[in-house]
Amino acid sequence: MRILSGIIIGVVAVVMLAFISGLVYRVDETQQVVITQFGRPVGNAVTQPGLHFKTPLIQVANYFDKRLLQWDGDPNQIPTKDKKYIWVDVTARWKISDPLKFLQSVNNEISAQARLDDIINSATRDVITGHILIEAIRSTNRIFEGEESDDVDVIASEEAIERIGVGRKALEGVVLTRAKKITPQYGIDIVDVRIKRINYIENVRKKVYERMIAERKRAAERYRSEGQGKRAEIDGQREKELKVIQSEAYKTAQGIQGRADAEAINIYAEAYNKDPDFYTFLKTLETYKETIDENTTMMLSTDSDYYKYLKKLE
Amino acid sequence: MDFKTPEDILNEGRKRFNNLAGFAPLAIMGIVLLVGALGSIYSIGPDEVGVIQRFGKFARLSQPGLHIKMPFGIEKLTPVKVERIWKEEFGLRTLQPGIKTRYSQREYLEESLMLTGALNILDVQWIVQFRVKDPVKLLFETREPLENVRDMAEVVMRRLVGDYRVDEVLTTKREEIDDLAHQQMQEILDAYGTGVKIVTVRLLDVNPPDPVKPAFNEVNEAKQEKERVINQAWEAYNKVIPMAKGEAEQTIRRAEGYNLDKINRAQGEAERFLLTYQEYKKAPAITKERMYLETMMDVIPKAKDKYVIDPNQSSILPLLNIGRKGGLE
Repeated sequence: MRILSGIIIGVVAVVMLAFISGLVYRVDETQQVVITQFGRPVGNAVTQPGLHFKTPLIQVANYFDKRLLQWDGDPNQIPTKDKKYIWVDVTARWKISDPLKFLQSVNNEISAQARLDDIINSATRDVITGHILIEAIRSTNRIFEGEESDDVDVIASEEAIERIGVGRKALEGVVLTRAKKITPQYGIDIVDVRIKRINYIENVRKKVYERMIAERKRAAERYRSEGQGKRAEIDGQREKELKVIQSEAYKTAQGIQGRADAEAINIYAEAYNKDPDFYTFLKTLETYKETIDENTTMMLSTDSDYYKYLKKLE
Repeated sequence: MDFKTPEDILNEGRKRFNNLAGFAPLAIMGIVLLVGALGSIYSIGPDEVGVIQRFGKFARLSQPGLHIKMPFGIEKLTPVKVERIWKEEFGLRTLQPGIKTRYSQREYLEESLMLTGALNILDVQWIVQFRVKDPVKLLFETREPLENVRDMAEVVMRRLVGDYRVDEVLTTKREEIDDLAHQQMQEILDAYGTGVKIVTVRLLDVNPPDPVKPAFNEVNEAKQEKERVINQAWEAYNKVIPMAKGEAEQTIRRAEGYNLDKINRAQGEAERFLLTYQEYKKAPAITKERMYLETMMDVIPKAKDKYVIDPNQSSILPLLNIGRKGGLE
């Protein structure tokens, strides 16, 4: 009983001692280690996770992160090639690819970040100042393809009409390439550089707002005048069609009436021409019936057929 | 006297200590066993996966349920929620989710303002939903998977908006942008090895910036006014033209009526004449005489003043006054 407990205590004590003294050290999946002895690195970096051995007390295990790390610099005010002042916010991803060099050069992440500040910021500045603004905004020229919409976001600024030659992604690539060349001496591998944000500086932004407002007001005016124009067109058409309809109707009606008149005359003539004298006789008698009334003063000759028997009977 | 000498007390103490000392190993063993037991049993929830590392090195994954691992720091457990969907917001913040979600009134302009392909400015709000697809990568490949998601969300969205026009981002191409953003974010995050799977990228409110909004509204109003003005013109047209057509029809019908009337009348009178003429032709002289006398009979009584004149006489004298009351005066 005593022996068993003695053994257990012994084991526990030994293990604890091993860890405390530094004989054994643990490397996590996320870590890599450089062993230094009196400040000088010994051997290669230890990247395999698990338990490792080193000389206790004399040798020190320096831990570094093995994972993908980020660098996110402060936004910088940079002028583009076409003299537009913009805030550029770049973000990068990097790894400690050579922990030995890393330890010897920058020693820790804080100074590494500072070094990266210099490298990446200057590479970004070079690239931005070397290109016009539109190259940092667009990645493709798709804005020129496709149908023109009715409510076109009129490309009002002159530089926006240009097609890009390089583009946003390519610019990021150039910054990455430049930075990548410099960092290996620090044991750093820059994996990626991306433009996170680009914005106008304050007074340029105000001007852009003014430009947008003016353009929208122009578009509004255009719609209004299009409306007026179309209305004038429709009104004109209405008037014209009205006139046409009315005059056509008049013409047709007149034609009909004319034909009717002509035919009537024809009918009359045909009939009356059978005996024009007889017609005259009849018509005259009718006229007597119509016109003689109490206001008429009649002058009758005894020669008339009516009175002829007054003279004598024959 | 029963005094205990100092040596006696010490001896007694030593004896008692030795007795206790026998218990010490047992006690320590007990504690060790307890700690060991506690450190070796663990459970994984239904929405989780357990990542086990032995001395720091990845050993295995544990599925939901009760499991045993090595205690005393030999094996370390990190549970990871693989079913849960996380949401990140950009340009806005939800204060209180729920049926009536409350949003922060604060503007997040640094996040939301961005440049379009025509160098205009838009206020863009969007969300990204994601979950863990590879817990091992999540824990071991990148230091800040969440920050990677947020950063790349901004990188990708700004890149896309920089390729589109204002009206496209406002309305027509929203879904296209959502899809492309989803694709491109996933590409980058996979390349980094974040172990994250993007579930959704969705544009929410997209607006022109506040100073410009009134001008944009003006355009909408102008568009509506154009429609209205045109509609009114067509209305006026539709009021006038059909009516005019109707009236035109009427005019023509009336003329046709006149036509019919005139011709019928002519035909009627012609017919009458012809009939009369037929009769007349049978005995012309006597018919003529008869008609004349009938007319005179009808007509002469009507006239008030009548003078019969004998052409052989040289002056006009009222020899006969037929029909006048009072006779010669």
